[in-house]
Amino acid sequence: MVPIAYYLVLSAILFSIGVAAFLIKRNIITVFMSIELMLNAVNLTFVAFTRHWSQVTGHLQVSGQIFVFFVMVVAAAEAAVGLAIIIAVFRARNTLNVDQIDLMKL
Amino acid sequence: MNPDLHLWLIPLVPFAGFLVNGLLGRRAPKPVVSAVALIGALIPMLQVSAIVFNFKSLALPHIENLGTWISTGAFHADFSFSVDQLTLVMLCIVTGVGFLIHVYSVGYMAEEEGYWRFFAYMNLFLFFMLTLVLAENFLLMFVGWEGVGLASYLLIGFYYTKDSAARAGRKAFIVNRIGDVGFLLAMFILIANFGTLSFSQVFASISTHPEWQGGFLTAIALFLVLGATGKSAQIPLYVWLPDAMEGPTPVSALIHAATMVTAGVYMIARTHVLFDRSPYALAVVAVIGCATAIFAATIGMAQTDIKRVLAYSTVSQLGYMFLACGVAAYTAGIFHLVTHAFFKALLFLAAGSVIHSLSGQQDMRAMGGLRKKIPVTFWTMTAAVFAISGFPPLAGFVSKDEILYQAFIAPGLGKILWAVGLFTAGLTSFYMFRLWYMTFFGENRADAYEAAFHDDHGAPVHARKDTKLTLEAEHHAHPVHESPWVMLGPLVILAILSVIGGFMGWPEGLGGSNWFAQWLHPVLTTAAGESSAGSKQLELILACVSTLVAVTGWFVAHLMYYAKPELPARFTAQIRSVYSLVANKYWVDEIYGALIVTPVLFIARYLLNVLIDRGVIDGGGLVAGYSAQGFGAIVARIQSGNIRSYAGWLALFAGLLLAASYFGWTAHFWVR
Repeated sequence: MVPIAYYLVLSAILFSIGVAAFLIKRNIITVFMSIELMLNAVNLTFVAFTRHWSQVTGHLQVSGQIFVFFVMVVAAAEAAVGLAIIIAVFRARNTLNVDQIDLMKL
Repeated sequence: MNPDLHLWLIPLVPFAGFLVNGLLGRRAPKPVVSAVALIGALIPMLQVSAIVFNFKSLALPHIENLGTWISTGAFHADFSFSVDQLTLVMLCIVTGVGFLIHVYSVGYMAEEEGYWRFFAYMNLFLFFMLTLVLAENFLLMFVGWEGVGLASYLLIGFYYTKDSAARAGRKAFIVNRIGDVGFLLAMFILIANFGTLSFSQVFASISTHPEWQGGFLTAIALFLVLGATGKSAQIPLYVWLPDAMEGPTPVSALIHAATMVTAGVYMIARTHVLFDRSPYALAVVAVIGCATAIFAATIGMAQTDIKRVLAYSTVSQLGYMFLACGVAAYTAGIFHLVTHAFFKALLFLAAGSVIHSLSGQQDMRAMGGLRKKIPVTFWTMTAAVFAISGFPPLAGFVSKDEILYQAFIAPGLGKILWAVGLFTAGLTSFYMFRLWYMTFFGENRADAYEAAFHDDHGAPVHARKDTKLTLEAEHHAHPVHESPWVMLGPLVILAILSVIGGFMGWPEGLGGSNWFAQWLHPVLTTAAGESSAGSKQLELILACVSTLVAVTGWFVAHLMYYAKPELPARFTAQIRSVYSLVANKYWVDEIYGALIVTPVLFIARYLLNVLIDRGVIDGGGLVAGYSAQGFGAIVARIQSGNIRSYAGWLALFAGLLLAASYFGWTAHFWVR
């Protein structure tokens, strides 16, 4: 049996990588992928805790797993909309560099 | 079973006329406009006459409640109208004289621009005046009270392109507001003490408390008097009425002679229950009235503008009505109100006819010898002049004599009031016959006047004086002409009323039965009861004395302005200082200007405008605005539009939050 701390540390590492990639990378596709990475880090935490609490209480706990499904659905929807926006932006501005897409300021 | 008289229709029909003419009249042809306005004045008159014929079957006072207006806590006010004998008298005057003046206006205003505007305002005036008269509580009366002030303002400023007219309108409005503050304060005290503003309830609760004497009743009465002095042009607030002559002449006749300015007298008579309990307030009314009567009469003697003479005469006659109310002879006051409405409306309309025939000339020094040229105007004016001067048996004699008689038999100041009133009657007779002679007798002085004044000023005097906006050149081409019959008809009717109107109240001392006093007796019975000091012989003697005084006034005017026309100039040269004092209206306007208007303007302009408004309020606003702008400019830098900078801020503060919770800082700051 793997202790829960291992899962949590892995999840934290994944999330940190996601945050770092989000901050560093300029290509909007890569930024998008780093968001997916952060979401999946969270998903890992959910399933880890579900398993942990099932063992502690002795009953099967499913709410965390159900939440993961929700996150996946939302992530899928987000990916669909987000990619559509990316394509539209690319057509309009002919670039994928986020530093050049800064119209939404005062 | 009390029949439903649909009293609400009486004021609302003119209001509908106002709406139709005011909204659609601009494009309508003049006959349509005048038809709408005349119908708006005729229907109330017919309805009032219907009430007159059914009056015997009414249970009095007849109150019609149209619904709740204000209901808050213990205080309650209704839209309610009432009819009793006093109201009916006023209704007859307002609708009857009002209708006649509407008819007259059709002729008088025929060539004016803004014809529709004039008739819309006239109907608006009728609406508010009828509301004032019919109101069953102080609050609804106040609505009418303010509304007639509004209509008066609009009509004085009818020739709004003329600076003096616009100023006169404003002056009337502002001076009236001073009086209205008194009315408002009186209502506040009434609410505080009675919890209601309904006439019937207030008077009922006063009559059940005979121990209430003076005190807060005096306060209410004095504040009401302040309101009345504003509306009825008494000292100290009379100054607006002479200037109000800037309006068209029918307006002067309707609003500033026959109806609106008598509202103060009506109000005092209506609330006489209050005044009866406050001898002090009554004395104030009497003294104000008496002082105003003689003060305005002396000014009227030295005026040269025909309408201004009549304006001061109106102020003076209103003083008589106040005098009557002040000696608790409300019936006499209302009677003089009625007869005055006849002869003063007639005087104004006839003066308007003179002005019309002279194409806008108002200065009596340019008149003279008009007797043959405008005979109908002359004869009707003659009836009015004799009536107001107090020649028996005309209307003015009967009512003025009644007032003087009541003053004479009144206790206290009575004899002094009578003496001053009698002297004023002589002055009245003098200045009215002065007007009569200067206008209608002797040679026509138009050319001499033109020569004397035209060259000095470089512009024709009457061109500046002319109240007509349009057709000036065409007007001057007209020779002197009699007015059309649409104007003369009302003159003739009013002349007949001025001659026979007095018989309504022919006093008992002269063999009559004073039907008018008996009619009003149920409403205006005073607690003091009929004075016992009088007798028929005394009344007869006093009538002879006042007739004698009137004849004296006529004789002096005849001497000075007909027999020896050079006499006035010599006479005024001898008493130059007194004459200039009177001719300049005792400098009252200038004194008010220096003592009140200038300081108020100074405070408004420098203290309130520069310091408070522009300094504190505007300055505070600017400080708030600029500081918000500067702060925003700094904070706006955060919104760079760059996604990665947003994410950086987010990550930074999320990290700080994590660190804070890790080191337990949260407990110290937020969780207590």
